[in-house]
Amino acid sequence: MSNVNKRVIEERVFKGIMLLSIGIVASIFLGMLAVIIVKGAPGLSWEMLSQAPKGAYYSGQIHGGTLNSILGSIYLALGATFLAALISIPVVLFINVYLEKNSRLATFIRFSLDVLWGIPSIVYGAFGFIIMMFFQFRASLLAGIITIAFLELPIMSRAADGVLKMVPHDLKEVSFALGATRWETAFKVVLRQAFPGILTALLIALGRGIGDAAAVLFTTGYTDSLPSSLLRPVATLPLTVFFQLGTPFPQVQQRGYTAALILMLVILLISILSRVLTKSFYKHILR
Amino acid sequence: MTGSHIQAESLNVFYGKHRALRDVTVNVPRGKITAVIGPSGCGKSTLLRVFNRLIDLNDEVNITGRVLFDGVDIYDKNLDVYSLRKRMGLLAQRPFALPMSIFENVAYGLRIHNSIDKSKLNMLVERYLKEANLWDEVKDRLNSSAYKLSIGQQQRLCLARGLAIEPEIILGDEPTSALDPFSAQAIERKLLEFKGRYTVVVVTHNIQQAMKLADYVIFLYNGIVIEADSADKIFGSPNNKITQAYIKGEYLDEIWLEKEALSRNKVLGGEGI
Repeated sequence: MSNVNKRVIEERVFKGIMLLSIGIVASIFLGMLAVIIVKGAPGLSWEMLSQAPKGAYYSGQIHGGTLNSILGSIYLALGATFLAALISIPVVLFINVYLEKNSRLATFIRFSLDVLWGIPSIVYGAFGFIIMMFFQFRASLLAGIITIAFLELPIMSRAADGVLKMVPHDLKEVSFALGATRWETAFKVVLRQAFPGILTALLIALGRGIGDAAAVLFTTGYTDSLPSSLLRPVATLPLTVFFQLGTPFPQVQQRGYTAALILMLVILLISILSRVLTKSFYKHILR
Repeated sequence: MTGSHIQAESLNVFYGKHRALRDVTVNVPRGKITAVIGPSGCGKSTLLRVFNRLIDLNDEVNITGRVLFDGVDIYDKNLDVYSLRKRMGLLAQRPFALPMSIFENVAYGLRIHNSIDKSKLNMLVERYLKEANLWDEVKDRLNSSAYKLSIGQQQRLCLARGLAIEPEIILGDEPTSALDPFSAQAIERKLLEFKGRYTVVVVTHNIQQAMKLADYVIFLYNGIVIEADSADKIFGSPNNKITQAYIKGEYLDEIWLEKEALSRNKVLGGEGI
């Protein structure tokens, strides 16, 4: 066989493998979407979105909506993502602008973050619970925010770190050459250039945080009433899904699927909104 | 005031084990254009980075000797490196606009060094854009992205941005090598205009450019100053055989070059390898 033929076949084989992989990802996504829509959409109503539940899900006697867990999840995820960003952005700016390229401290921080990323969320839940007990806290929205922020920290930091590493070194030098300090360079140049990527990092972390059930199991508690205070328990969509799918009552299970659908819609909405609202930041970025 | 604006005395720069500059002793005359010439990798850019201390950003760099700027040692522990850099504008090889609008690019340095109100800022941005001959081309789109400008325009924007910090010295690190001939000429003409007002140091491996611009020339080879003298002397009747050969573009045996460079270094009071 001629060399040219071999190369053409090679090209086709690898292209085929890539297309196959894309097909698998797409069918998983579409499959899940289909299941959730088929099972959840019939239960979707204005009542579901706008009211707290009446009755108890474990008795099978439940009416009203699931607004308690919608609001609970949104507050929890936004709060936790904000808190995680407050901590992880300084961390990644430090390792990317202040530390030298092959600094041991930076390597150590990245390694620690990778380890943290691998810890299962139920362990974060248990850790949050221990801290809660130590400070004599009750299960509450605040305790959940703190626990989810811990869970989001490594994810957000590593994603943002990858983005900051891509900021051209020359761009930092331009700023230094103008007499800027490291802080000015980090805040006014590096962060600006990396903004779309940082936003993606925040959204990845938010998606992970809003969807997690195990970490909030011990820490936020669960309640049928709407969130009213940082110091009181709140319901969350993942726990609603978890509890309601676990009941033997078809009408309650149906509500669980609807809650799953709502969870997906909430993530979609937050992603779209944040992109639209921050669009004006994009136009000056070096591509 | 005349005399030297920057003086380097027995300056050595090591990157790890690699010695990039060897016993460099040179003067940069005030208000003149100094060209630093020499083949790639001879330490030209390193010398510039030593002057504005951007070299501090390199890992594992070791510097010995002294560099005096207006008689003050720039590696003195108490020296404020940010005000040092503010006194030297840098024009890099490739124009790197900041990820902001055209206006904000020029305003960046003004804002970090001064607290000024909006109307004064507008006035100063206009002044420096005019100074860099860019104003007429951008006055209607000051808020659009700097990356929409052509590369020649971006280099003039970088010039305006550098002038805005009101430096005493302009350092050019092959500032025209990425530009087309017309854009390059625009930058060269600007540098000539600056003579007297600013001290200019231009690194270039373009000998024609050095001839056009320079009053004073520093010829570096392998981190060694082979010859530093007035442009007339260097381009007219250089003392050293290597300088002569480099300027005429003659082919030279590398082993011979190496020997000559090292013996030259010994004559200047430096050491061998």
